[in-house]
Order: sequence, then C-alpha cells, then structure tokens
Amino acid sequence: MILNVENVTKKFGGLVAVDHVSFQVKKQEILGIIGPNGAGKTTLFNVISGVYYPEEGKIFFNGRDITKVPSYKRARLGIARTHQIVKPLNELTVLENVMVGACFGKTGASLKQGMAIAGEVLDAVGLGHKRDVITVKLNVPEKKRLELARALASGPEVILLDEVLAGLNPTEADEMLQVILKIKESGITILMIEHLMHAIMKISDKIIVLDHGRKISEGSPQEVASDPKVIEAYLGDPDLALRLIKSKGNTL
Amino acid sequence: MEAWIGAILSGILLGLVYGLAAMGLNLIWGVINVINLSHGAFIALGMFSAYFLFHFAGLNPFIAVALVLIIGLIIGMGAYFVALHRVLDAPELSTLLSTYSLSLIIIGLGTFIFTTNPRAIDIGLGSIGVAGIYIPISKILTGLFSVLFTVILYLFLYKTWTGKAIRAVSMNKSAAEFMGVNSIFILSLSFGIGIALAMIAGCLIAAIFPFTILSGSVYELKSFVICVLGGLGSPLGALIGGLILGLLENVFALKIPVGYIPFIEFMILVIILLVKPTGLITKR
Amino acid sequence: MKRGYTLIWLIPLILAISLLPVIAHSVIYRETIFLILMYITLAVSLNIILGYTGYVSFGHIVFYGIGGYTSFYLMYRFGVHLILAMIMGGILSAIIALIVGEAVLRLRGAIFAIATIGINEAIKSLVTNLQFLGGATGMFFNFKIYKTYGGAAKAIWFAYWIMVVVTIICLLTSYFIKNSKFGYGLFSIREDEDAAVVLGVNTKRFKSIAFAISAFFPGLVGAIFFFKAGNIEPDDAFHLVKSIEMIFMVMLGGFGTVSGPPIGALLYERLKGILLINPLFKNLHMAITGFILLIIILFAPGGIVGWFRNRFKKLRSLLE
Repeated sequence: MILNVENVTKKFGGLVAVDHVSFQVKKQEILGIIGPNGAGKTTLFNVISGVYYPEEGKIFFNGRDITKVPSYKRARLGIARTHQIVKPLNELTVLENVMVGACFGKTGASLKQGMAIAGEVLDAVGLGHKRDVITVKLNVPEKKRLELARALASGPEVILLDEVLAGLNPTEADEMLQVILKIKESGITILMIEHLMHAIMKISDKIIVLDHGRKISEGSPQEVASDPKVIEAYLGDPDLALRLIKSKGNTL
Repeated sequence: MEAWIGAILSGILLGLVYGLAAMGLNLIWGVINVINLSHGAFIALGMFSAYFLFHFAGLNPFIAVALVLIIGLIIGMGAYFVALHRVLDAPELSTLLSTYSLSLIIIGLGTFIFTTNPRAIDIGLGSIGVAGIYIPISKILTGLFSVLFTVILYLFLYKTWTGKAIRAVSMNKSAAEFMGVNSIFILSLSFGIGIALAMIAGCLIAAIFPFTILSGSVYELKSFVICVLGGLGSPLGALIGGLILGLLENVFALKIPVGYIPFIEFMILVIILLVKPTGLITKR
Repeated sequence: MKRGYTLIWLIPLILAISLLPVIAHSVIYRETIFLILMYITLAVSLNIILGYTGYVSFGHIVFYGIGGYTSFYLMYRFGVHLILAMIMGGILSAIIALIVGEAVLRLRGAIFAIATIGINEAIKSLVTNLQFLGGATGMFFNFKIYKTYGGAAKAIWFAYWIMVVVTIICLLTSYFIKNSKFGYGLFSIREDEDAAVVLGVNTKRFKSIAFAISAFFPGLVGAIFFFKAGNIEPDDAFHLVKSIEMIFMVMLGGFGTVSGPPIGALLYERLKGILLINPLFKNLHMAITGFILLIIILFAPGGIVGWFRNRFKKLRSLLE
C-alpha cells in the first residue's frame, strides 16, 4: 500500500466536510474519487496533500505516518497535486513554473537540472512550444496542462488530479486521458477527482464514492456503478445519475 | 476622584471623535477592500475646510460640517475614479500606493499653499462645569455631532436602498451586480462617503484642537488601531474602537508616562492583527 | 531561465559613479553620491521582500532605525569601531526581522503592510521613551570619536567607502538571490503562496530568510548614515516617509528586477535634488513625487525596467 487513509475526519466549524473516510491505494493504481458537488472530494485532497490537518484519523504514505507532516514536506516525500481552480505562478514563464516543481518537489533538482527536466515534461504534456510564454497569457486548458506538468516535474510517487478534464473539449479530454495512462505506466500512483463519469469509469482501477463527506461505496467501476446507494446519492443530481447509469453500459 | 471622572469624560468625548475619524477608513476597508492611505490627508483637508469656512464665510465648524460633507462626497467620488478604479483588481500594493500618492499630492499641495504653520479655530463657546469638572462646550458638541453622524450613517446603510446596495457589494460584489446593483457607482459612492466622513472628522477636530496640514497622519494611525479594535466594516464597531482608544489615552495618562501611550496603542494594533486579522469585533 | 547579465554593466557603473568625487576632488559630489548609494542599498534590499517575495513591508525603515541606533549606541558608549558596530547593527536588524517575521509574515497583503507600519511606530515611540538612548532628543557624538579614523574629515571619507562596499555587496546579494533556487522559491511565494507550499517550498522559512536579508542591509545603511551625521534621533531614524521613499524607488525602477531599484533610486535622488534646489518646486516636491507615483501605479506598474522589458524583449537578460 503506497497510501493508506484511515478514518479521516475534517470539520469546518459545524460542517463535517470529510467524515471518517478510510481507503487504501496500491502502487501504480488509478483511484477515482466521485461524488456529488460538496461531497468533500477536494477537502479530502487538501487533507492528503497537507493543506489541512484532519481532526481525526491518520494518513500513511509508504507506511510512514504523515498526518502531521507539513504540506511542503509531503511534496518532497513524493505527493504532488493539481488544483481544481488552477493556481499558476502568473508572472513567471511556463518553463519557470515547471522548474519550481522540479526544484522543490521530490526531484529536488538544481536550477540547471530543473530546467532540463521542465523542458522534457513540457514536451510530454504538449506544452513545449509555449515554454517561454508568461503564464498569465495561457488559456484554461493550457493552464491545466501546466499544472499537470508542474506536478510531474516534482517526481512524485503519488499524484492527486483534481478535475483535470473539466473545461476540456472531447478531443482535449481524450488526449489528457492518454497522458494520464502514460503517467500510470511510468509507475506513478494516481488519485483523481472527476465529474466526467465516462472518463473516470474507463480509466480507474478502483473507485470510491463520497457523499456528504462519507464514503458510501468502494470497488471496481462496475461494482460502484451498480451500487444502489450510489444511484441514490446521485438522485439529488438527476443529470449525473443518468450519466452514471448510462456509463455503466460502456465501462471496460 | 475628579481627575478620574474628568479623564473618563474627556476620554469618551475624544473617543467619539476618534471613532468618527476611523469610520470612513473602516467603511472603505470593508466595502472596497482598500486600505485608504490618503485618509489622514483628507482629515487634514477637512480641518482646513473648516478653517477657511470659519475665517472667510464666518461659519462655525458645527454649521460648516454640512458643507464639508458635500464637498467630501464630491471630492471622494472623483478621487475614486482618478486613483482607484483602474487598479481595483491589481495586487494590494497598487491600491496602497495609489491612495498614498493621493495623500502625497494633497499634503504636498497643502504644504505649498498653507505652509506647515499651526492654526486654530476659536469659536469661544466657553466651558460648562459641574462639581469642579470643567469641559469645553465645543468638545461636548463635537462628541454629540460624532454620535449624530454615526446614527445617520447607520440609518443610511441599513434603511435605504443605496445603503443596502453598499452592504451587498461589500459582502459579494458579483452577486450584488447580478441583482442589478451598479457596482461602479456603489464603489465610488462608498469611497466618497468614506472621504466625507474623514473630512467631517477633520472639521470637528479643528473645532477643539490646533492643527497643521500634517496633523491628519496622527489620526490616520489612530484610525488603523481603531479599525482593528472595532472590526471591519461596521460603523458601530468603529465608534466602540474609538471609545476604547479615547478612554485608554485619557485614563492611562493618569497612571503611566504619556510617552508610552503611542507604544501601547501600536502594540495593540500589531497584536490584534496577529491574533485576529479581521478585528476584535467581527462583522455582523 | 537564462542567467541575467545585469551585473556586467551595473557594477562598473556603480564603481564609476563612486569614483567621481575622488576624480573631481569634490565634497559636494561625495555628499550627493553617498545619498545615491544609500538610496540604492535601501531600495535594493526592500526589493528582496517586496519585489521578489511580494510582501509589502510598509514600515521597512524600522530596520534602518534599529541598525542606526544599535551601532550609534555601541560607538557612543563603548567606542566600538564603525565596521564592527555596523555589522552588529545589521545583525540585530536581521534577528529582529526573524523574530517579528515569525509572527507578522503569517499576515498577507494589506494587513501585513499595516502591521509593519504599526511595528515601526511602536518601536519609534519605545525608543523615544528610552532614556539610555537619549529619549526624544537622541544622542550626539563627541568629536573625539572621529579621532580613531584620523579626524572628522577622514572619518567621513571612510564612511563613504564603507557605503560603496555595502552597496556593491547588496547588489550582488540581490542578483544572486534572483538567479538562485532560493529566488525561485520566493517568486513562487509572490505569485501564489498556497501553490508554492504544495509544490514543496518551505514558504515560512523562505519568507523569514528573505525578510531577514532585506532587513540586514538597511541596518548597515543606518549605521553608516548616523555615524556620518554625528547624531541620531527617533524622528529621523524611524521616519515613515523614508519607508515610502524606498517603496517609491522600487516601483519607479521596476519591482522584482535586479536593475530596477538602483535605477529608481538614482532617478529619485536626482529628481529630489533638482526639485529641492528650485525655489518654486522646493515645497512642491512632495506633490510632484505623489503625482509621478500615481502615474506609475496606474499606467506602468512594472516601472521603468518593466516598460523597457515589455517593448524590447531582448533587453530582458540585461535588466532583470
């Protein structure tokens, strides 16, 4: 088990955003995390990446208890992430953005090495031609790729992808899926939050479903998609429920 | 005993004026999310308006204050479009510096025209005394006017449509726009009201203390302390913060060397910012 | 990232300017250039926290005052040599920045700015009340102190050369930070602190170190300035307007760049000099400064260097 989340709870005032959630992730697995809006998915990522410490529960990374390890140290241990709302370093160039990942993440590169790594990673995600552009000038899909590149350059063992497909057109989304599969092949473990059911059902090895902060289902994509509890949770969101039911047919 | 009562009374009266002076800063901070570093300059401008209205139009500050309100509103709304509108979405450094540059321009021109000589307005209202404690009537009037303007501001913010729009913009600008509020007008109006309050405070202070063109900065620094004491965005909070500061200055002065009071005030400022950056009394 | 070439022209330029008073045998030149060098050091060091890290240290002059008072006291009371006293002043400034920074660097944006103003005012009123530091009237040197340096005239030249050395070291520091991994950590904090920490930047430590470095040099400058002046008082040492001048120079030249603050400092000193000499503008210099600042903020937030860099991309490596 590369990542082991045990009974984690995170509250904001009276609101329990993540409620006693446990799950495990095997090395080189893709874990999909789904659930209606406000289910606590991003909060869960924030707890794993150390933005918040949980009130209860523990998180183990490669067997080591990292529950109270600060965010920047987790990055150095090999946990990288992207953000749902992109957080580019606007006034730096695309290359410099990715260099920050390479220099301060697990890779721990020197500036010179960082530049070389950043160049390679940018080519891999298809942003090589934009390397000297000031980041603020990128469009949203490009910024999403940039976030992914920055996370990859840090040399992670686990990467948390928060809705990297959102806002992409079908072609771009397909390209991104190919990139994600390549990342997996390179030996990296992936946790991804996604609203595009079709995509996440196709790509995940395992899926957990959150609703109101609680884990309501866990299993293979098929198991989850036929779980009555999941259907029920999505009934509040008929559109999503419909997509979930439809996607059941063409999984795998 | 008389010393204590006297200190408390003048602390309260002074505190009310401090509160009024801070209210404009607080309103702008709360609604536009800008720390207005030209606040002190506008207080000084208010003092000089009072001075000239007194000497050339024969209006005493308690009458002139109505005119000053209108002047402040117009200047403030103009200043918003000159110095702030363009940089409102830029990093905070920009608004700090653009308002500071306004301050430099006002105080620079003021120094050029009026020099830094001290001035005073003596309206000669005398004092009233009860049981051996004498308080100048102008101080009492100043305190009362401060309360009056707080009440007016409160009624405006909570009872009028425009006032509600201001509060809506301060809570959530885009939601307010969605509801049909012209946010540009509201933002400039808020800045105008903030500036008008600063100038009114200056006008009233001029009735009780001598001043120079540089005097505003003292009240600006005090206003920062008051804003964090009283909490952001609430006029009542500013008044309470002002009262605390006024009492502190007058009552502490009986027990500790006066020189240490600014030190205590600024330590309070820093400590509150560290403990609770939104101010002691939370908004709403 | 290409390593910038800024120092190739900047350092020789500073050296050439520094030698002017010797070549011209002019005490007036020396006084002017001393001020220019002082402004350059103040602006360049502020730029490390303001321009690189994005924290608006509005009361930054407090470190100049702390360095000034510390060294003045050491020289005045114990006859410590300027160089030693100066270094101790700088170190104390840096240590205080570390301690204060531990607390206030948690604050962001304008709240941080206000807190630094509060700190400057608090320390100023504290010093005003400390009798061993001379209270409100401050301290005056006995001219005997200058004997160590071969008399007052030589002491002033000595202070001048120390200022030259400090300026060069400050510029080198600024340049090497800008082109180091540490510098990249600072820029990432400036652009998005939350993203930076998730990327593995120890933001808390980076900010503290940047703050301490940017406090160290003003400490040195304060020491030299007040040694040369022969007296120190709270209103001079902790004058908030000087803080604003520092920010003005950084913004005028171009914040976050290596060459911007020195260019801004040079121009500001000259501007001030010209305005103060002219009897008409003498009293207007504040208003004119304000007007220029407003124009920069509204229309050229990148300052002079930013403006040139955007128009002539090739110049980037020569300016940044």
